Amino acid sequence: MSLDLELAAAETVYRVLSEDGSALVAEPPDVRDDDVVAVMAEMVKARVANGRFFSLQRQGRAGTYAPIEGQEAVVAGAAAALDPAHDWVLPQYREPVALGRFGPEVLRTYALYQRGHPAGGHFPAPVRVFPVQISLAAQIPHALGLAWAMRLKGEPGVACVFFGDGASSEGDFYEAANFAGVLGAPVLFLCVNNGWAISTPLHSQTAATSFAAKAAAFGFPGVRVDGNDALAMISVVAAARERAVTGGGPTLIEAVTFRMGPHTTADDPKRYQAPEERAGWEGRDPILRLRRHLEGRGLWSAERQAEAEALAAAEIDAAWDRAEAMTVSPDAFFDHVYAEPTPRMVTQRAELRARLGLDPDPGTGTGTGTGA
Amino acid sequence: MTLVEAINHTLHQEMERDGKVLVFGQDVARNGGVFRATDGLLDRFGGRRVVDTPLAEGVIIGTAVGLAAEGFVPVPEIQFLGFAWQAFHQIAGQLARLRYRSDGRFGCPVTVRAPFGGGVRTPELHSEALEAQFVQCPGLKVVLPASAADAKGLLASAIRDPDPVMFLEPLKGYRLVKDDVPEGEHLVPLGKANAVRTGDDVTLIAWSAQVEVARKAAAVLAAEHGVSAGVLDLRTLVPLDIEAIVAAVEHTGRAVVVSEAPQSAGFAAEVVATICEEAFYSLEAPVARVGGYDVPYPVGMLEEHYVPDAARVVAAALRVCGEGA
Ligand SMILES: Cc1ncc(C[n+]2csc(CCOP(=O)(O)OP(=O)(O)O)c2C)c(N)n1
Ligand SMILES: [Mg+2]
Repeated sequence: MSLDLELAAAETVYRVLSEDGSALVAEPPDVRDDDVVAVMAEMVKARVANGRFFSLQRQGRAGTYAPIEGQEAVVAGAAAALDPAHDWVLPQYREPVALGRFGPEVLRTYALYQRGHPAGGHFPAPVRVFPVQISLAAQIPHALGLAWAMRLKGEPGVACVFFGDGASSEGDFYEAANFAGVLGAPVLFLCVNNGWAISTPLHSQTAATSFAAKAAAFGFPGVRVDGNDALAMISVVAAARERAVTGGGPTLIEAVTFRMGPHTTADDPKRYQAPEERAGWEGRDPILRLRRHLEGRGLWSAERQAEAEALAAAEIDAAWDRAEAMTVSPDAFFDHVYAEPTPRMVTQRAELRARLGLDPDPGTGTGTGTGA
Repeated sequence: MTLVEAINHTLHQEMERDGKVLVFGQDVARNGGVFRATDGLLDRFGGRRVVDTPLAEGVIIGTAVGLAAEGFVPVPEIQFLGFAWQAFHQIAGQLARLRYRSDGRFGCPVTVRAPFGGGVRTPELHSEALEAQFVQCPGLKVVLPASAADAKGLLASAIRDPDPVMFLEPLKGYRLVKDDVPEGEHLVPLGKANAVRTGDDVTLIAWSAQVEVARKAAAVLAAEHGVSAGVLDLRTLVPLDIEAIVAAVEHTGRAVVVSEAPQSAGFAAEVVATICEEAFYSLEAPVARVGGYDVPYPVGMLEEHYVPDAARVVAAALRVCGEGA
């Protein structure tokens, strides 16, 4: 463990790379160069996916999209410090495009989600990623439940739950964090402080000096980390993970970043955000920052960048083409409500199928309604 | 005026009329609400009366209870009705009951505004029709405008009502519904249904966005089937205009109840039971329901066949009229 979480003050922002990526200001995480390069590639992919989902929404082919632009390092960095075979990740809604470390299925599933297909909720086993959460903060107690279960079963994993600065105002956060402290459960509470909750700025969300400072009241450490610094994210999450799996209990990690895009494709930040605020963050781009560092070490180049972008585009196109080709039976909303449908649902489904001129028997094992 | 413009206009008028009216919720002040329902209120009435709250529905409703007990008239917004679940303990357990549990000492003149309803491909929990949940909380009134004029008249009445009101706005109709709205004082009493269309053969009973669906169905029934269908917009589920329901059913002898919510124990069931109790001997045929199915509100690719449409209402009406299909 390269970082002592107990000593990292909740008021200062931990960073490894200088803001422009030109220098190291703290000990880099103890990870292989290949892994850092993989984080870089993942961030590039997330940025490309971001542009793609945005334009698909504009073309009316995909649903409302919540952009990740500017926050790629928070997710890709944290994921790099987690163990996809043992840990759980619980996203809010911006994260899936940068969770490739948990398998290519994550992006493929997310494409279905954006398409409005029911299988978009289904990150297939054994992918240890919970469905996208729309009901803010509701996934936080679930993370504690998963962590509690892993401990009961004697398994070595942690549950890492992402939630926004806005979501942190919900009772679900306080209730779960408090209980996690009592249980000493292996949970990483990862608060993505991107400055805004739609139009609501931080000072309308909390009067605390930081989100990390709240950890003191729960009886476990809170750290602020520069969320635009992938290396710092890896360091902090790795340290918190190590602490959790060795019985040290939860950590609250506040990743300080900025939402560079609108809240979603349906939002217009011009109504509430001063343009200077965003401009001030432009020079702190997480991708340029890691890129400069890696180029300085001969681990990245313009060619590698172009290659990564092309690979990313191909992966996203494949995921989207697959999502668009995936059909669904119009009565698939009856699937998976219960393990066995109720008698009334059976009648309702038959009525719908008759109305649509479909064979009255929906068959068995329509599964996720993927038409597969 | 569109329906959402009528809401905005009425909030301005009511805040002007009564300095005790407060508007608060997520993104209502600076942003003017994600649908612009509260646009301009911050500029006009200032940050003491129009407040962006932290992102926590429980505390939005809970503080409304305390403010009301001190004589204010809170009009909190829940950004989407599906997030009222986070405040359900405050709505059902507290807001609805303060008058009762304080033995009449405190009232709760609170109007909780929230959009709901499907057909616009929203993410999860943005579309659910939860109205029946609130009907099961004695102490709450439940109001659902279907037109812009009613949005004004009912919202003004709700805000002036001494008791808490769930004021549920049709999300899909915010900009699609457009009609003439009286400029000055316009009050529509709570508990008075609206006979939107008169008819002799069958009564279509609906509320909120389904009123428009029922109207379309009535037009098709007249034009293509020679069936004369009346449309009754209930407007408020609590209080319920039982008299209007009974009168309409006594006139036609047949009824179809249209709603968006899952069928089992939805409010349509309450309407059917009321008809059976109060107008049974006028019935020429069993009352039919057209509604959502007993499943969670579906994802975008599947919602088309979940929300009732005119064709389903027409088919049900023909069935109760004994005309095949
Ligand atoms: C319980 C709940 N209330 C309200 C909303 C509507 N809503 C969606 S996103 C959002 C802001 C979230 O802000 P934050 O948690 O900071 O995440 P960010 O969007 O900044 O990533 C709101 C109010 C919701 N989805 N869930
Ligand atoms: Mg935020």
